[in-house]
Amino acid sequence: MTRDPIQRVAQTTRPGHKRALLIIGAGPAGLSAARAAAQAGWQITVVDDNPAPGGQIWRSGPGAAPQPASRSLQTALAALPHVRLLCGTRVVAAQGAGALLLENAEQAWVQAYDVLILCTGARELMLPFPGWTLPGVTGAGALQALIKSGLPVRGQRIVLAGSGPLLLAAAASAHRAGAHVLRVAEQASAAQIARFTAGLWRWPGKAVQALGLLSMQYRSATHATAALGAQQVEAVHLRQGARDYTLACDRLAVGFGLVPNAELGRLLGCATTQDADGKAVVAVDARQATSLAGVFAAGECTGAGGVERAMAEGRIAGLAATGQAVPQPALAGRARWAAFGNHVAEHFVLAPALRGLARPDTIFCRCEDVVFADVAACRGWTEAKLATRCGMGACQGRVCGAAAQHLWGWQTPSPRPPLIPARVGTLSLMADENPSLTIPPSIDPPCP
Amino acid sequence: MRTPRTATDWVHCSVDGRNVRVAAGSSVAAALACGGDGLARTSVSGQPRAPLCGMGICQECRLRVNGQMRLACQIVCENGMHIQTGIAAPTP
Repeated sequence: MTRDPIQRVAQTTRPGHKRALLIIGAGPAGLSAARAAAQAGWQITVVDDNPAPGGQIWRSGPGAAPQPASRSLQTALAALPHVRLLCGTRVVAAQGAGALLLENAEQAWVQAYDVLILCTGARELMLPFPGWTLPGVTGAGALQALIKSGLPVRGQRIVLAGSGPLLLAAAASAHRAGAHVLRVAEQASAAQIARFTAGLWRWPGKAVQALGLLSMQYRSATHATAALGAQQVEAVHLRQGARDYTLACDRLAVGFGLVPNAELGRLLGCATTQDADGKAVVAVDARQATSLAGVFAAGECTGAGGVERAMAEGRIAGLAATGQAVPQPALAGRARWAAFGNHVAEHFVLAPALRGLARPDTIFCRCEDVVFADVAACRGWTEAKLATRCGMGACQGRVCGAAAQHLWGWQTPSPRPPLIPARVGTLSLMADENPSLTIPPSIDPPCP
Repeated sequence: MRTPRTATDWVHCSVDGRNVRVAAGSSVAAALACGGDGLARTSVSGQPRAPLCGMGICQECRLRVNGQMRLACQIVCENGMHIQTGIAAPTP
């Protein structure tokens, strides 16, 4: 096969050839896209870097049973011989138009596609504050993910701080796992939270969910100002309005909202737009099509909005990508849940005080241990990279780049390949002019 | 967390040479905490680091699993797995 797009089309439309749909991400959006696309009879491959499908919200493990919605999608897909799920597999680079370089624990290969759907999800926004590099300080969604994957927290004293409904969900997970949740510190004001709650009547299921997550430890207008400890977090300084106090704890989980994973879309050349906070999201039209022909996007990478919005977008993307009609109710469902996403974003806007937490000697870039003062002295992201090595480590600026965007409005340029640290053998394929475009026979669905 | 009841519900691996028993399906990140202090690596300035994002983004939990550099939060423990943190001996 060749990478020339015209010849590729000629080959892929020959009689008897099944068109290939590649979906990146097996969370709610990716699984919903695969399910909807499956009716078209294309060869479908779903790739995910986690060991099992479900993404973050549907993550299961020793600490969490599979969710019914996730299980039903997975069961339906497992019964379809033309749908293949490849877990533990990462996207390293684009290999010309219509192919991606992938890597799993054993090998690397080039995966060709006729149509691609990006369902790469979102990560947590991490803002630097004194002590945030101490072991025991994690993201809020991170704590939930770690607990689901078997992290023991029974008997541990846990403080959660940051903003948004995810804090309460993570607190509930920690409580169920036997932890003592000492405080859920929400930075939004009581008035903001009251307005958010009052508006929930439009999504009754969400109102019920919110009631179920209510915690006696929930405090509004409260944020963490520092984590304390020698080798491990031992306490947290909290500021509630004008009052400062300290809580001794074993873990601190901080969540400042979500950052769409737009890196792969940007690498491919998809146009992006900015969400309400100025974060780059993959731009899509009403059919979830990106600016790039044959590339669609769905779920949190097009803007954070929750699991129902991700499923609705995934379904539309799956239908549109395979040339199927998109029914009107699907569009209405997407609009309904996009409105919920906007409702959350509007009421949990981060207070300006959260931009002023880091001290001059606070680590800003955790990969290269660059301190805040050195980065703050720069005029932009490129200068910070060149002068301090900020953002040039293993995470490629996914953590500190998002923080710099929030603190100073710095936009990071499109990423360059490889997207992630990869093996030398994998990187050698990037230079291969004529790499094999077939999946090695030893790769069989390794997902549980 | 579901408490394992039978031998097959457990997985045995080693963390820096210590035997660690975890519930089947646990991540390597969970094994780090089950077997000790939960640390994964030493930062370039010598600070101890542990899993941060829990979802394969931040690279703070990178360590060697059976000799290969991997992310502790994205690997499921298997019987006989050798987990080598970057704490005992600094890794690149």
